[in-house]
Amino acid sequence: MAAEPGRLPEGGRIDRSRPLQFRFDGRAYTGFEGDTLASALLANRVRITARSFKYHRPRGVMGAGPEEPATLVELEGDLASGNRPATTVRLTDGLVARSVNAWPSASFDLGAVNQALARFIPAGFYYKTFKWPDWHLYEPSIRKAAGLAGAPRESSNDGYEARHAHTDLLIAGAGPAGLMAALVAGRAGARVMIVDEGAEAGGSLLNRRLSIGDQPAMGWVAAAVAELSAMDNVIHLQNATVWAYREHNLLMVHERSPENSSLSGRSWRVRAGQVITATGAIERMMVFEGNDRPGVMLASAVQAYVNRWAVRSGQRAAVFTNNDSVYAAAADMARAGIDVAAIIDSRDSVPDHARALVPGMEILAGHTVGKVHGRRGLRAVTVAGRRIDCDLLAVSGGWNPAVHLYSQSRSRIVWDERLASFVPGDAAQAVLAAGAANGAMTLGAALAEGAARALAAVAALGRAAAMPALPEAVDTPYTVAPLWTAPGAAAKSFLDVQNDVTVADIELALREGYSNIEHVKRYTTGGMGIDQGKTGNVNIIGAVAERQGKTPGEVGVTTFRPPYTPVDFGAIAGRRAGPVVLPYRHTPLTGWHKDHGAVMYEAGARWRRPGYYPRPGESFQDSVNREARTVREGVGIYDGSPLGKYEVKGRDAGRFLDWIYTNVMSSLTAGNGRYGLMLTDDGMILDDGVSFRLAEDRFLVSTSTGNADAVWQHMEKLLRIERPDWQVRITNVTSQWANATICGPKAREVLAAMGTDIDLAQGAFPFMAFRDGTVADLPTRVVRVSFTGELSFEVNVRPRDLPTLWEAAMEAGRSHGIAPIGSEANHVLRVEKGFLSLGHEVDGTVDPHDLGMGWVMSKKKPDFLGKRSVALRRSAGRPRRELVGIRPLDPDRQIPEGAPLTPGGRKEATEGFVTACVWSVVESRWVGLALLTDGRARIGGRAYVRLPDGIIEVALCPPVFHDPEGERLRS
Amino acid sequence: MLLIDCPFCGKRNESEFVYGGPAMPARPADPSALDDAHWVDHLTVPPNPMGPVEERWWHLRGCGSWLTIRRDTVTHAIAEVRHGG
Repeated sequence: MAAEPGRLPEGGRIDRSRPLQFRFDGRAYTGFEGDTLASALLANRVRITARSFKYHRPRGVMGAGPEEPATLVELEGDLASGNRPATTVRLTDGLVARSVNAWPSASFDLGAVNQALARFIPAGFYYKTFKWPDWHLYEPSIRKAAGLAGAPRESSNDGYEARHAHTDLLIAGAGPAGLMAALVAGRAGARVMIVDEGAEAGGSLLNRRLSIGDQPAMGWVAAAVAELSAMDNVIHLQNATVWAYREHNLLMVHERSPENSSLSGRSWRVRAGQVITATGAIERMMVFEGNDRPGVMLASAVQAYVNRWAVRSGQRAAVFTNNDSVYAAAADMARAGIDVAAIIDSRDSVPDHARALVPGMEILAGHTVGKVHGRRGLRAVTVAGRRIDCDLLAVSGGWNPAVHLYSQSRSRIVWDERLASFVPGDAAQAVLAAGAANGAMTLGAALAEGAARALAAVAALGRAAAMPALPEAVDTPYTVAPLWTAPGAAAKSFLDVQNDVTVADIELALREGYSNIEHVKRYTTGGMGIDQGKTGNVNIIGAVAERQGKTPGEVGVTTFRPPYTPVDFGAIAGRRAGPVVLPYRHTPLTGWHKDHGAVMYEAGARWRRPGYYPRPGESFQDSVNREARTVREGVGIYDGSPLGKYEVKGRDAGRFLDWIYTNVMSSLTAGNGRYGLMLTDDGMILDDGVSFRLAEDRFLVSTSTGNADAVWQHMEKLLRIERPDWQVRITNVTSQWANATICGPKAREVLAAMGTDIDLAQGAFPFMAFRDGTVADLPTRVVRVSFTGELSFEVNVRPRDLPTLWEAAMEAGRSHGIAPIGSEANHVLRVEKGFLSLGHEVDGTVDPHDLGMGWVMSKKKPDFLGKRSVALRRSAGRPRRELVGIRPLDPDRQIPEGAPLTPGGRKEATEGFVTACVWSVVESRWVGLALLTDGRARIGGRAYVRLPDGIIEVALCPPVFHDPEGERLRS
Repeated sequence: MLLIDCPFCGKRNESEFVYGGPAMPARPADPSALDDAHWVDHLTVPPNPMGPVEERWWHLRGCGSWLTIRRDTVTHAIAEVRHGG
């Protein structure tokens, strides 16, 4: 097989015995085991690998690691995922990839027309232009044109798992500093996790040609890895990124290729005693006109490609720098056979230790690149009027310690004038930074710091460790003189290559008054790409500082946020996908409901309840009408088990309920109950329900289904925080009592036919009372409450007895035509009665008076929760929205719930909204409830629902359509 | 994911707890004795410092106790955990 044209004949950390086939943008290429997609594309001399986000400018590979700003790819097939930097995609046989923002391909892209329009699309263009009538009208097509990859169509969630781990010391990064730290801590016996994002350990040593002691640096790395792997107390992960540093030393790790081949990823949540960030440093771009042209690359990347992957990124190169690190890179390039035409150094004087690395090479000190030539790829650069032919420009704008994790830990980041970058400052958690991540920019310093930080971490863990003899390591000193923007940098000088943010955009933002760096970031989107501006952010800060006459330290740094590199959603979720995330809650009758054709709903708090039970040939409305009529005219039965139920016990239980309810509960006698409203102290309704007195010191409080947990928390907090001296205990018995509610005029006959020792006579067992006894030979508590407005018996039993009870009721009710009813019919029945429903009539803005329930506000009690606030609000005398009934003048006109009411139906501010609208089986027409400004005074008049498709006139009436005196429910 | 040192259960993940809001000043014994402005302040001005703040947490999926913790909103460092208010 012919080797790739850009591949060196030998060297590199690739396995030449294992050639791999892959496809990119529809074309077939070859590479080797050990390649990344980016190194293989460069080996094949694919220069245009991407189109830019906004202008669709041609772009090539620019970096060699997670900093890559330009080449994002979408993988297809089993590996399907979007927006992966090509530099982090391990090449595998049969890989199929395409560039994300180009159609049909990066090389020939129809969206490239945007380049011609570039000067019309400055920062903020979309915000300013597409705001009328509504951004959302334009958003979909803009997202498509200025885009990234879509989500894969197929769910690939099967291949992920999550692990939780605790460790004494977590080390992020297995470069020289991280490995040295791991050796010291591991030898001391501490539990160590060392986690590195690369395919193999070594960090920057993989990319450079350095020695440690008397051997090549990678020999030292191999020995260190071998020693660590022999330690039982060390977990060493490669291909795993620490992507988030959370509170209290919780770190999130995304392991991409676990050894278990059935997994595509694993998410670790690691709680660490101590953390060392040894995350290295990331090279900055240089900012000059045309700095995004294919062929312009980071010098460290060019160096990595020749040393690690044996790939020449070009044939004739120029180098553009403001610091010393490129001189070693240029020497490596030349050794690999790249013709280095010149080193252009913006500094007036170049240190001798740098010059010594490149004897004979031309150095243009005090110069900058003025112009780049070549539209689809670099052909030459102009420096001080002189044209230098080259197909590769290796640039270095200096180095940024990778402080991302350190900053995520909430620790301080401070400006370092000498390094011209931000470095770790005071720690906010148990975290230490080591090596280049801490500004130790040479190999010897990194090794020494790794050891020293490990000693400190181990000491903090209460262990002793020995300082090892440090091997000798020779490295070039690092000095830098920042050049934030080259002379002439303007509209084609990219600060953020990924998001197409130029020097001109930054200047526009500053002109328009976005002077704070956080505002500059948001307005221009600089640094907000998925690379999070790894190569560009500090340049943006420097460019802003330059223009504001400040130091970058004064401008400050924007917030570093997780994830450090993109993480698959699947990896975050692990096995917690689908119904496992928030499991449904079922009553003992779920199986029965489903067997009888119920359409199941979620009825708040994850309870599954029947919505309705359609019969063959019935429409939805037919079923609901039939079920509602069954209750009004005969007898129905529903599963009321999800209602929240709490036992409130203790000497002060009555006093407590008097405090949290608006009405008096302590006057209840045992065996009786009372409806009540619970307010929060801001005077708004929290919940409604019925409380029963079981005994002198024992109450049973029922709550709405959806609010049960919130009410529990409310009660517990009041007791434990506000009234710790009161003797009250609350027990959640929601799942200890299940119930079947038999309701309708024939309910008493059905209950009697089931067989009971309870006297059901109206006088013996009145409304709002309960009786303990047996029904169908089962121990029960029967409660006379009604949520439907009809005679109703709520028969509570142990959950295991509910199916038996239910079947007994169905059997006993057969001759009366009993039928199960769902929540839809219940909704109709309660609206006809004007019973309120949390989430419909009660939305956190209404008080009891608004609902016409002023009677529930006790005047006897000096204080209860919400009393002061209701009084305060009403004392203002401002008009309130009040509950009314509505009848559309057209009886067949349904009104959507939530529809707004406006004065006269005009296009004006709303004066209320429709809270519910149902087909009433007692009136054979649509009726509804609404909250309307001054509604009660307007009863008898008209109001108007304003909808996009017309105005509906409604007659206002009292909010009760059935049995206003309540005779039926008391019968 | 905070790590909260419950006085009864030891160090537990935040996911075992329910946040109960910032610690507000104790409810006045007789709200009707307060003038309107003070009552509104009591209700609507929760402490929101950049730094230490006291807040309530309910160990719902643990021992069920209500805790008051002092947490630094910048660093999340928890200086104190106590039972009750």
